Amino acid sequence: MTRYFTDKLAKYIVFISGFTAVVILLLIALFILREGLPAFSEIGVFDFIFGNVWRPGIDQYGILSMIVGSIAVTIVSMIMAVPLGIACAILLAEVAPSKVRNILRPAVELLVGIPSVVYGLVGLVLLVPIVSNIGGSGFSILTASIVLMVMVLPTIISISEDSIRAIPASYREGALALGATKWQTIKGVILPAAKSGIGAGVVLGMGRAIGETMAMIMVIGNSIAFPNSLLDAARTLTGNIALEINYATGTHESALFATGVVLFVFILLLNSVATVFLKRGSNAQRLG
Amino acid sequence: MTEYNLNGQTCRGDKIKAKNLNFYYGSFQALRDINLDIPGCAITAIIGPSGCGKSSFLRLLNRMNDLIYGSRIEGTIELDGKNIFDKEVDVVDLRKNVGMVFQKPNPFPISIFDNIAFGPKQHGKKSKIELEEIVENSLKKAALWDEVKDKLGQSALALSGGQQQRLCIARVLSVEPQVILMDEPCSALDPMATLKIEDLMRTLAKNYTIIIVTHNMQQAARVSDTTAFFMMEPDRAGSLVEYGLTSEIFTNPKDKRTEDYITGRFG
Repeated sequence: MTRYFTDKLAKYIVFISGFTAVVILLLIALFILREGLPAFSEIGVFDFIFGNVWRPGIDQYGILSMIVGSIAVTIVSMIMAVPLGIACAILLAEVAPSKVRNILRPAVELLVGIPSVVYGLVGLVLLVPIVSNIGGSGFSILTASIVLMVMVLPTIISISEDSIRAIPASYREGALALGATKWQTIKGVILPAAKSGIGAGVVLGMGRAIGETMAMIMVIGNSIAFPNSLLDAARTLTGNIALEINYATGTHESALFATGVVLFVFILLLNSVATVFLKRGSNAQRLG
Repeated sequence: MTEYNLNGQTCRGDKIKAKNLNFYYGSFQALRDINLDIPGCAITAIIGPSGCGKSSFLRLLNRMNDLIYGSRIEGTIELDGKNIFDKEVDVVDLRKNVGMVFQKPNPFPISIFDNIAFGPKQHGKKSKIELEEIVENSLKKAALWDEVKDKLGQSALALSGGQQQRLCIARVLSVEPQVILMDEPCSALDPMATLKIEDLMRTLAKNYTIIIVTHNMQQAARVSDTTAFFMMEPDRAGSLVEYGLTSEIFTNPKDKRTEDYITGRFG
């Protein structure tokens, strides 16, 4: 009897613990939705999302320039990070001798552990002056993208490396036995076989990029003007919330929560895409 | 043993010649003093108990063991009179010439067509018409064309195990090798699929030199023209015990150990 009792108890405890996470997520979603709702109804969903002017002083709440800012830093940083990250994953999984890998891998993992404010600081002190030599003030989408690139690299590298490592050795041997060179094997067999895992890594990296706040605030300039070039200052959705929530009241405060809703939807979409990628990957491997 | 009468023609036993071959994994000796002449228009079976080095020997013939860190080779293996371990031998060309079929079917997780086209593409064949021709011919030679001709775009992983293995054989044929190495190609297959592969091997033996490692002595007796029996020495190094025409090895073995093995007294 007692055996079955502990069994059941354990089951319920695990269930409750598991559901707690889901419930918290739901509560957060409901809370920001509730707080953001007045802004949506007062401003109008269309005007809020596609409005170009953000001026709380005169009750103008349009976040288009911040959406563009967030998407721009995400895309530009991914353009730099994806080739670099995949190349690094190939190096770690296929090319580097174990001695080199034993140094590189922990170094990559250490990148995750650095607080984002430190990335922001380095970007502020080192990158901003360099970029200002190209043009503008240096506080720009380009600067922010470079900082973000470094921050998302570990995600892309480690997930891509894992998925490359998960490719059965028999694929590699099969290709080499046909007289393919190492690079032909990687390009023709290994990368196609690992592409869903690599895709998931890239999408999760994008999620990280779009959610990054502190480092962005420090280097992007936080201008509310619509950015016209990579050298222009801009503001991200996350930065908008962090910068103004301390003194916002009424519709202004609600508009910031609504910004959070938009951000939430973005990240939800990205994570769903990543899940689809990962699922496809595991299906392919089960068949193999 | 230099001349055979096989498949109705006389052929000399020197397509592949292993001379004083020793092979080590680190400090462990896996093969000792192998001398073996393999004829060029026949199927040669390599049999022996587990761990006797027969797969290691097979994998030396297309230098797949190069991939193993710490492996070391002494002696020579000549293919058409040329030592394959020579520095000037391009291992990529060697592997194109000496194809390999593995124990477990290992089609790539891409379409049937792309599986076959992969090899020729890497060797510079780009035109679609040419590739289509190669794919069709290779699949026909591997007796798989009729089963897959309507679904070339489908994933190769959806095929049955036996079909996958024939696909792997077709993939090897697509790069026009002279020699095909088979490492227990039927061990993961059911009897019907095994029969199909064996029939296929007999057909291919007219144009290719085939060397098969097998655990299955009936299979060796059924398909091969010559048989080499490998065994482990007390220090676990593999060595060649007896080599000759399959008919003689199985009916009139010269070595007591061969007799014991083929009559099932050990192994």
